[in-house]
Order: sequence, then structure tokens, then C-alpha cells
Amino acid sequence: MEQQLKQLEQEALEKLQAATSLKELNEVRVAYLGKKGPITDLLKGMGKLSPEERPKMGALVNTVREYVTAELEKKAAVLEEQAIQEQLEKESVDVTLPGRKIKTGNRHPLTRVIEEIEDLFVSMGYEIAEGPEVEKDYYNFEALNLPKGHPARDMQDTFYITEETLLRTHTSPVQARTMELKKGEPIRIICPGKVFRRDNDDATHSHQFMQIEGLVIGENIHMSDLKGTLDALAKKMFGEEREIRLRPSFFPFTEPSVEVDVSCHKCGGSGCNVCKHTGWIEILGAGMVHPNVLEMAGYDSKKVSGFAFGIGAERIAMLKYGVDDIRHFYTNDNRFLSQFHRTEG
Amino acid sequence: MLVSLNWLKQYVDIDGLAPQELAEKITRSGIEVDAVIDRSEGMTNIVVGYVVSKEKHPDADKLNVCQVEVGEGDVRQIICGAPNVDAGQKVIVALPGARLPGGIKIKKAKMRGQESNGMICSLQELGVESRLVPKAYAEGIYVLPEDAVPGSDALELVGLRDTVLELGLTPNRSDALSMLGVAYEVAAILSKEVNLPNIQYETVSEKAEDYLKLRVDALEENPLYAAKVIKNVKIAESPLWLQHYLMAAGVRPHNNVVDITNYILMEYGQPLHAFDYDSLETKEIVVRLAKEGEKIITLDDQERTLNDHNLVITNGLEPVALAGVMGGANSEVTESTTTVVIEAAYFNGQSVRRTSKEIGLRSDSSARFEKGVDPNRVILAAERAAQLLVELANGEVLEGTVLVDQLDKTPARVVVSPDFINTRLGMKISLEDMLAILERLKFDVEAANGLLIIDVPTRRQDIKIEEDIVEEIARLYGYDEIPITLPEGNTQIGGLTPYQLKRRIVRNFMEGAGLYQAVTYSLTSDELAQKFALKAEETTKLLMPMSEERATLRQSLIPHLVEAASYNVARSAELVSLYEIGSVFLGQTAEELPYEEEHLAFVVTGKWVDNSWQGEKLNADFFVAKGIVEGLFEKLGLTNRVSYEKASVDGLHPGQTAAILLDGEKVGLIGGLHPIERKKYDLKETFVAELNLKAIIETVTEELVYSAVPRFPAVTRDIALELDRNKPAGEIEKVIRDAGTKLLKDVKVFDVYEGDKMEAGKKSVAFSLTYFDPERTLTDDEVVNAHNKVLKALSEAGAEVR
Repeated sequence: MEQQLKQLEQEALEKLQAATSLKELNEVRVAYLGKKGPITDLLKGMGKLSPEERPKMGALVNTVREYVTAELEKKAAVLEEQAIQEQLEKESVDVTLPGRKIKTGNRHPLTRVIEEIEDLFVSMGYEIAEGPEVEKDYYNFEALNLPKGHPARDMQDTFYITEETLLRTHTSPVQARTMELKKGEPIRIICPGKVFRRDNDDATHSHQFMQIEGLVIGENIHMSDLKGTLDALAKKMFGEEREIRLRPSFFPFTEPSVEVDVSCHKCGGSGCNVCKHTGWIEILGAGMVHPNVLEMAGYDSKKVSGFAFGIGAERIAMLKYGVDDIRHFYTNDNRFLSQFHRTEG
Repeated sequence: MLVSLNWLKQYVDIDGLAPQELAEKITRSGIEVDAVIDRSEGMTNIVVGYVVSKEKHPDADKLNVCQVEVGEGDVRQIICGAPNVDAGQKVIVALPGARLPGGIKIKKAKMRGQESNGMICSLQELGVESRLVPKAYAEGIYVLPEDAVPGSDALELVGLRDTVLELGLTPNRSDALSMLGVAYEVAAILSKEVNLPNIQYETVSEKAEDYLKLRVDALEENPLYAAKVIKNVKIAESPLWLQHYLMAAGVRPHNNVVDITNYILMEYGQPLHAFDYDSLETKEIVVRLAKEGEKIITLDDQERTLNDHNLVITNGLEPVALAGVMGGANSEVTESTTTVVIEAAYFNGQSVRRTSKEIGLRSDSSARFEKGVDPNRVILAAERAAQLLVELANGEVLEGTVLVDQLDKTPARVVVSPDFINTRLGMKISLEDMLAILERLKFDVEAANGLLIIDVPTRRQDIKIEEDIVEEIARLYGYDEIPITLPEGNTQIGGLTPYQLKRRIVRNFMEGAGLYQAVTYSLTSDELAQKFALKAEETTKLLMPMSEERATLRQSLIPHLVEAASYNVARSAELVSLYEIGSVFLGQTAEELPYEEEHLAFVVTGKWVDNSWQGEKLNADFFVAKGIVEGLFEKLGLTNRVSYEKASVDGLHPGQTAAILLDGEKVGLIGGLHPIERKKYDLKETFVAELNLKAIIETVTEELVYSAVPRFPAVTRDIALELDRNKPAGEIEKVIRDAGTKLLKDVKVFDVYEGDKMEAGKKSVAFSLTYFDPERTLTDDEVVNAHNKVLKALSEAGAEVR
């Protein structure tokens, strides 16, 4: 019997070593240690042994069983490790292959410029006012000190719809409407929106474009405040090192009126192609609100004053991103639009 | 306005100042200098030549062989093809090595076998515009006066040693439409004096009023009319200096009389007109409004038909000039003119503007009247003309001026306090500095009781109110001196309105969903204006469109997005996904403006999913588009209030179009482009949607309140139903939702099958129903009860459980 046991042990050890998977190993376990296995059979056959031999044999069987069990477990551990290795191997990927793309779109560059400006002014306590694109002659011109027949109306070639209605030529009518609405109260607004002029579309002209108008009205609003506000704008849009300068100009709705230049962001002011070798780039028009405009909207021009400015979103975007043709903004070419994907801090 | 610095020097001292430097100063203090033009730039070796002899070229009919003296004893052979070259002329010679405008270099050459040592030049070859060259020399070389010295600098002689400043004038600065006006401006900038022309001449004893009668019947349009009569005028070429000044100013020289009027137009900014006295015939001038339909042939030989508000100068019988715009051919000064009537008048700007616009004729003259000439220079200009006609045309001025004058010539008075000026500017400019600036401007100023009392010369018609003085002080003090401050006393909290915030959320969602924001034109063609419109209403059309493509305001954003898609596909884009937010223009409101409604629209076509190496591809389809719409409504918290129903829209696929309803109201559409449209735009399957964004954003939603995270399990039950193929699944889903008790929390379609295993005309739709009670675990009985109600309702609705 002892002989038999040794042989069984030998066989079991050989089989379990030969097992190549946990499943085979389990079969070995069942075959040798299971209820119907030969070792159990041996234990069952112990009854035939003499009482002296029984404990001896019992101990021997247990030793064999424990030994085989321990070997089984060792082998199991090895096989498990092997299985995991195989799984890892199988699940490995070429990490250099491209991922499943999360496709996102992005803002139009003009909206990007407008929102950047909106956010700056909101942080300075401004509200955003909007108005209709089809306007009355009154708000577009008359309320802005441009009566019918005024020579300065020639500066803005207008799409008329009727004698009295037109496509707004600037976002300034929103100023006029807001003043009328606020009835003498202080105002701080910016007004972004589409505007229209009778221009043939070419690289630098567009019959439709975007403007952002700013208006501040209150007691003690100085021209120095206009300069400070525009200085903040120039720094925000073109970098902290930028400076602005004002040049006298003329708009019927402001007095004094100025054109505003910003020091060139490309060359820093030393002169390059972008600034036509002057070191300065014209970016917007501005001025102190004309008393006639204040009075027409019911403000006392002796008590309050204000400033206004108008920015072309296309001009800012063209300068900021180096876009060379205004028509790009309205062609909606994927290859153009998708270049404005990344964000900037 | 073109300003010759040689000319300007006659009135103000600008010596020692480089043209660029002067231009910069002018620009920084008020008038933008658009260009600084050196008229002799790049030109060298151009001298006076004397044509000693001229012979026909032996081998070329049109060429002449000239012997030209270009310095003492230096005679050279030059071949010249100009028809007007002749022996005895003083001419302009470009010597070998000379450079001419346009990079032309003159070399010794042989022309048909004859040597040529240089070139005899026309003015055009020296860079003068053809339209400015006097007619006599328009087709050939320019001939210099006899006293020109051979070998000396020819450019000096033809006035090209000069720099011209091109001023970009804003409409308010019409005072700078004259050399004197510019001189005043430059004098103010440089703190210099202005040297005005000294007007002195002798008159003859005859009286102008005996020669000419004057009546003005339209005093409102013409409050001042002055006429001078000059006899025995000798029509001739003007002296060179005058011709050169005119050419530098962009005016073509004609003859001395016409040139003098143009010269004074440029010098004083006062348009003048010269009539041939004898052609007037009636010895009378009557200024009146034209009769309706009255005709005049103007100097440019065009017949003009007039309206009853056009102001005309007549001889009492018929019009002889269109006031302020152009003279009449019937009274033109010609070679044979001997007696001249010079008209200097003040015509109302609005009236001239209207006439010149109607007739489509803008002249140097009308441009100045339109903006308002200086009332105090009108008569002065007539005197100046008389003087020059004596000096340059041997004229004899008759005594007196024939005059009707009802024009107010008092200067505008502006009273302003220095405090006001400083407060407006945010500066502290001293009273002394302010007075000094006003004196530099040659304004009459008096400081009294803390106020500046200013009489503004009438040449500066743009200055009327205190703010105008603020600007004058600031621009001459220097805008660079204004400090940088921010407005004080913030009175409001800035921010976006809820509407504006939500619009940004919509943009973020659309972009997160994979769409690029597009901006297309609001103007479109009549044909496209109402295409795909959610609601087509009366369109808004331009009075005078520039093209048919941009004639009418759009009522849908889709047409231009489809065009953009087509544009991109034509350029090999594999996927186009664009959205736009913009207004559509509907009908008219009580304010007579169209109702502007903000819409959101998008277009998708092409490879929506394209993970090539994984083999995952999905072309954009109806459900991609619908998924975007559903996602948006979910983001806006409106999912449960939105429904979709089959719809039919022109231009969209009849089997792939849905109306979108919010609380039962139509707020949008979604659909596939009709195959006919796809063909038209060269597109494959393309899907579009448009939503009334305004209505959607303005829909009030419930406050967001937390509901407990479920602690009890949910139970799901699946049902597969056999339906008619064209039965909308949405209707069945509604039946399920309506029948489900409050325990039914969710219904989802998880399978749709139409195929071999189904009877023809039928389809299978499988729903997954989730039952749930937040308070406790549901018992089987409760679920069965609830589910049975659903099954019953389905069976009543004719939906058969498979």
C-alpha cells in the first residue's frame, strides 16, 4: 500500500507539473484528491488494515495529500501568473496609434474677439446692450447729430429699405436707444453686432461686418477716462506692453473726436510691414459724446458727460491673428475656421 | 486736398522743416496727411535744352534728328518722335544716365542708325498725370519759355522741385480746402504768422454797374452775389508759376482767365466763375430757381434738364450757369473773349449739394459750396481775381462791385470756462496756455470773469460750441499730454443678461457637439429669402441693392449654411459641421421695422464618425442631427417639453423631416436635404436644422432642485411590439408613458427591426421600461400591475406584443 501511495504521489506530481492551464490543473486535483480519486479510495480501503498500521498509513496518506495539495497550489500560482501574463500580452495595444477623436468645433474668430472684449468690459462694470440690425433713420443718424442732408452722411454709404428705415451702418444706434431707455441715468454699455455698408466685397471691404460700440455716461466723465479705458482694451487685446495714442479726427456724434492708434504688436513700435513702418496701427475711433446727442436723448449736457468708441471686430481679428483678407470671415471655410480651435489664457 | 509746399510757403514760413516732419505734425494735431509726395523723386540729369536744328530722320518718317544744346557749347544729337518738336524751342532733356519715374533709365542709343544722346521729354514722362498737362502739350513734348538757360535744372523750371502733401480731410475741416486755410492750420501748429495776399490794383473810371444789372430772386439759396467786370482782357497762357501751382493742386491749366478763377478757388476756397460778358447779351444777371424742365448745356457739353429747386444764374432770359456746380456753354470764356464778368457768390450748401447729387456732377466748386464757404472771403476773392486779371491778363477793372448782399458775416461767439475745458479733458491746462493756443489759432479771445470769450473767425465754420473749443485746445496742447485714468464712481454691476448667458451656453454646447460656428450674410437673394423659413412672412427688401444676391433680408439661416457646406465639400472636406446664430427678419412691426428673431441653425454632411483604423465609420444622418437637437434641449432642461412630428418642408426630404415642438408650439425643424437640392449644391446626404433660439432661450424653466439619489433598485421590463412600418415609434412611446403609473420612470427604444423575419409592411420596435419607487423596493405584484396597465393600453392602441 505504501508502495501504491508513493506511486500515486509520483504520478500526481508528474501530471500536475505537466498541466498547462488552471483547468488542467483542476482536473489533476479532482483526479487525485477528489472524492472519487485514488487517494480517497486508499483512505476508504484503510478499514482493511490492521489497527496498528492504520494510524501510520493515515499519517502517510495525509502527508502525501498535503504534499500534493501544496504542489498543486504552487503550480496554480505559477499558472495564474502565467495566465495574467498572457492576458496582458493579449490586451496590449500599440500606444502610438491615434485615439478615438473627440470632435469639437469652435467659436468663429469674430465671436472670439467679441467675447474677449465683452468679458473685459463686463469686468469693468459694463452691461452688454443689443439692438436691431434694421434701424430707423432716426436712431442711426438723426439721434446721433446727423440730420438729413448732413455732409457726413456721405462717410457711411447706407443700404436703405425705405426712406425712414435702413440697415444700420454702425452699432451707435444702440447707444441712442439705450440713452432713451435709461432716461438720464448713468450708462456703461458695450454693444456688439452686425453692421452694413454699401461696399463691394474685396480683401479689405465687406458689405457686412461686426462692430463693438462702447458708451459711458455719467457725471465727471473725462477724456482721460476714455484714454485709460482704451489703453486697458489695447493691452488686453494686443499685450501688456502696448501703448495707445490719440489723433484728432471727426465724427458727428462726438466732440472732441479721435482716432486711436496702438503701438505695433509685431515690431513693438520700431516699424515693420504690419504698421507700414510707422510703429503705430489705427484700431478704432472714439470721442466725448456730443452735447447734441446727449440732449436729444434727454440728458443734461451741462451736468453729465460721456465717451464713446467704436471698434471693428474684423480689424482687431485681422491684426491679432494676421488674417490678410476680410472675406475669410464670411466664407466659412473649414480650413480657416478650424484654426481658431485652441484657447489662449 | 493736395498742398504744394512751394505754394504754401507763400503764406507761412515752413523753412527748416522737412516735409515728413511737417506732415507728422499736421497729422498729430488734426488733419491726417495721407501721403507725402516728392514730385521729383528719383529723377536725375534732367536739364534745359535748346533745339538748335531739326531734320527729318533719313530712315523714319515720324522721327526727327535734333541737335540740342544742353550746356554752353555742348550740342548733342537727340532723336525725337514728338510731332511738336521744332528748332528754336527750349525743351526738357533727359541726358544719358538720367532716371525718370517708373525706374526708366536713359542711355545712349541708336535709332534707325542715328545716334541719340538722351531724350526730349513730355511732362507725362516726368510723372505728371496726363489729365493735368495743358492741352497744347498733351500730345507731345513740353516747351519751356524762351529765357530758359540750356544746361540748367529743368525740374525746377517746371515746378517739380516740390513736395505735395495729400490731406485726408474729415467733413468738418472744409476750412482746409484752401491754401490759406492750410496756412492758418500750419501757422497754429508752428506758432507762426500768416502772410495774406496783398490785394491792390487800379480801376478805370467806367462803372461796373453801368455794364451789368443784377437781381437775386432766391435770396435763401443765394444771400450774396458779387460781380466784377473786367474789360480788355487778353486771353493767353498763364505764367508758368501759376500753371505749376495748379498742376500740383490737381487742376489742369487752360488759359489765364480760367486759371485765375481756379487759382483763387484753391487759394481762398472760394469758387469763382468767369462769364464772357458779350455772350451774356442782355447785360443782366438774374439769379433764380429753375423752371421745371428747363434745360442748360453745361461746360462739359452735356444737356441737363432741371427741376424747380435747382438754382440757376440767368441772363434774364435763359440759364447761363448752374449755380455753384458748373457754368453754361453759352457764356463760356473763349479765345476771343475781351470782357469778363467774375462771379463770387455764397450759395447755400444744401441747395448745391442737392443739385450736384441730382445731376451727378461734383466739382471742386460744388464740393466747397456744399460744406459752406467762408462768408468773409466771398467779396475778397472777387477783388483778388480783379487784381490777378490786371496783372496776368492785362485787364482793366471797372470801378465798383455789382452786389446783392444779405449774408450774415458775424463771427460765432463761444463762451467757455477754462474749468469746463479741463474737466472735460481730465487735465490741468493753465489759462495762459489756453490763451496762447487760441492766439495761435488767430481766434479773437478775451478772458473775463473766469470765462474765455471767443469770436471764431468765419473761416472755421466747424467751431460753434464749447466742446469745439475743448478740441482745439486739446489737439494743439497735445493729446499725448492727456493722462490715463478710469471712470470713477461705479454705479452698476456689469454682466451678461440671462439671455446672453444662455446664448453662450448654446454656443458652448454646439461646439462641444462638434460644430464650428459660421457667420454668413444676412442679405440674400429674393429667391432664397424665405427658403426653409420656419414661418415665411413679408420680406424686407433693399431699395437699391448692389446685386441680386444681396437684395433681401433672410428669413432662414439654412440656405447660406447649405452654400457654405457646398463650398467646403467642393474643396474636399470629408465632414462639414457648421452652426450659426443670427437674426432672421420677419414681416413688419408697428414700428415699421421687421421683427428680428434670433435663430440657431446647423448643417452636417459627411463622415460624422471616422475612426479609420478601427474600422468605425458613420456618415451624418437624420439621427445625428436629431441627437444634436436633443442634446441641446437636455442642456437647456427642456427635454420633457419637446416633441417631434413628421413634417413637410419645401426643399427637404419628405421622409426625413420633423417639426420640433416645444410645449406644443413649433419652434424648429430638422431634416435631410431633398435629393433635388443635394444635386443642385453638389452635396451627398446633408442634414439641417433651424430653431427659434429666441423662443427657446426665453422659455421659463423650473429652478434646479436636487432629488434624492436612488437607494432602492429599479426594475426593467422589455416589450417588443409589432407595428405598421410607418407608425411613428414616438406615438407608441407616448401611449406607454401615458399609461405607465408614476412608478414608470423611463422608456427607451432599444431595438428597431424591419426585415425578413417580419411580415411585409410591419416592423418590430422594442422598448425597455424602467419601474422605480424612490421610497422602497418594489414588489413583483406592483411591477406586474403597472406593467399590465401599459400592455392593456398598447393593445387598445393596436400595438401587438410579439
